[in-house]
Amino acid sequence: MNSMHAIDHSPGSTDLPVLLPAAACMARRVAAERRAGSPRLSLRAEHGAVLLAVFVIGCGIAEAQAGADNPSILATLWKWTPLLARGFVFNLAISFVAMAVGTAFGLLLGFAQLSLLRPVKRAAWLTTHFFRNAPWLVLLFYCMFLLPFQITVFGVTIPLPDWVKATLGLALPVMANVAEILRGAMQSIPTAQWESAASLAFSRRQTLWMIILPQCLKRMLPPWMNLYAILTMSTVLASIVGVNEMMTLTRQALSAENRPGLLLSFYSYVLLWFFVYCYPIARWTVRLEARFAVNV
Amino acid sequence: MPDSDARPIVSIRDMHKSFGHVEVLKGISMDVPKGGVVCIIGPSGSGKSTLLRCINALVPIDSGSIRVANFDVHSLTTDKERLALRREVSIVFQQYNLFPHKTALENVMMAPIYVLKEPRDEVRARAIALLKKVGLAAKQDAYPGELSGGQQQRVAIARSLAMRPEVMLFDEVTAALDPETVKEVLNTIRELAAEGMTCMLVTHEMRFARELADTVYFTDGGVIVESGPPAVLFDQPKADRTRAFLSQIL
Ligand SMILES: Nc1ncnc2c1ncn2[C@@H]1O[C@H](COP(=O)(O)OP(=O)(O)OP(=O)(O)O)[C@@H](O)[C@H]1O
Ligand SMILES: [Mg+2]
Repeated sequence: MNSMHAIDHSPGSTDLPVLLPAAACMARRVAAERRAGSPRLSLRAEHGAVLLAVFVIGCGIAEAQAGADNPSILATLWKWTPLLARGFVFNLAISFVAMAVGTAFGLLLGFAQLSLLRPVKRAAWLTTHFFRNAPWLVLLFYCMFLLPFQITVFGVTIPLPDWVKATLGLALPVMANVAEILRGAMQSIPTAQWESAASLAFSRRQTLWMIILPQCLKRMLPPWMNLYAILTMSTVLASIVGVNEMMTLTRQALSAENRPGLLLSFYSYVLLWFFVYCYPIARWTVRLEARFAVNV
Repeated sequence: MPDSDARPIVSIRDMHKSFGHVEVLKGISMDVPKGGVVCIIGPSGSGKSTLLRCINALVPIDSGSIRVANFDVHSLTTDKERLALRREVSIVFQQYNLFPHKTALENVMMAPIYVLKEPRDEVRARAIALLKKVGLAAKQDAYPGELSGGQQQRVAIARSLAMRPEVMLFDEVTAALDPETVKEVLNTIRELAAEGMTCMLVTHEMRFARELADTVYFTDGGVIVESGPPAVLFDQPKADRTRAFLSQIL
């Protein structure tokens, strides 16, 4: 009975002993995500196997429902693959640009959070939290409908096609997450590093650039790659606002074929493409994390 | 000449320091002559580390005065002035705090190159000589993670020395080390002292303090309870507090 009172209520603890390992595991995961500053994408080989199984089943269903005059499902997929691949390349292009833009502004935002000027710090903090917690789709819609279709700067008119607006919409949450990743990395550097740099007469700026940031880079790489994988998968959101990426093209292909039986096989085919692209990134992220954890 | 020798290089008068409502240092006064070696001993929490940090302007003081070489530490207002002071006074911490992304040699070279703006080749030669002096010539390309605690601490000492300071502060630099490696680090400090470097050490190594120090200060509760040459302080302590502390630790 005494032991009931002795249960420790640290995060992850529970009164139900059966749940202990699971709870501890969840607590560890939450802690890791907080450190990394972004949710962790954990893609495993099993997920790929399940996807593949769903795909095979989807093909089976399609084959079973196919009329005698329909070409085989694989031939149909093959026919559409060049178009879908073009869509996928577009997804990747959006992910690259959104990542680059988001990272550049995210770093600025992260630095602004370190500013010694209180208003700057405060504004940066608010911006970060707003864009980090707003749903990605909402941000996307805002960009689609609030940005004009062209802007004129110094008499030069720059058109803003839908895909550019969608990319900017995706860059916003990336920016906020990068800012958070930077902040998390800076916080993980022991204050003793600042102190010993100060004692060697390094200025604050020198300390930041020569001592703190180089150490941050290494710690930022895994969560940054993780963020990229999440972003890549989120690029399909652009289909909702009508950008011609893989998802939109899949829908077009399906309506051109006009065979409801193809639905499962086509969409799981799309998922497989994304899995094949993102899985190595996720694995590599985990490997880097483990390596840095050992010799930080 | 006798004039400059007579003037202490570190001179502290009635220095007070509080953290919030807690007064950690309650009127500290001490003088350290150039080339002198003083040891500060005392129980945990008595403010020894804070004292060293104040001398190095890592922590601002509340009242009193600290003079180091030509700097009035208590009246330094700008970062620039504080940085100038830290070129003269260098501190080595218990947790060596090497820069983990730089090799041993780069750790030693960084401050002279980027802070003192000295030519790289010259600094490199000096850094190699310093690493040799602390017995780590063979480890110059090793990263801190690849070095033992004692080796890291010696690199940290070399890194401080590379700034050619007038005064070296050591804050329990052997406390985190295992007995084997303590000796290497103490030998390094012993050589420094023998070369005439002004040293202020916070230490729990009483044998070492006895051997090396000109003056030993016993601090407790934020004040200097007693001070004197090691032979006197260790063998005929006057205050009860000192006696109690020494009987515990010896
Ligand atoms: N930055 C700080 N903020 C608040 N309190 C502090 C700070 N630094 C030190 N203190 C407090 O000041 C007191 C003296 O600390 P200090 O580290 O100087 O003691 P010490 O004599 O070096 O002890 P030890 O032998 O354990 O290293 C302690 O009670 C400590 O909690
Ligand atoms: Mg201390």
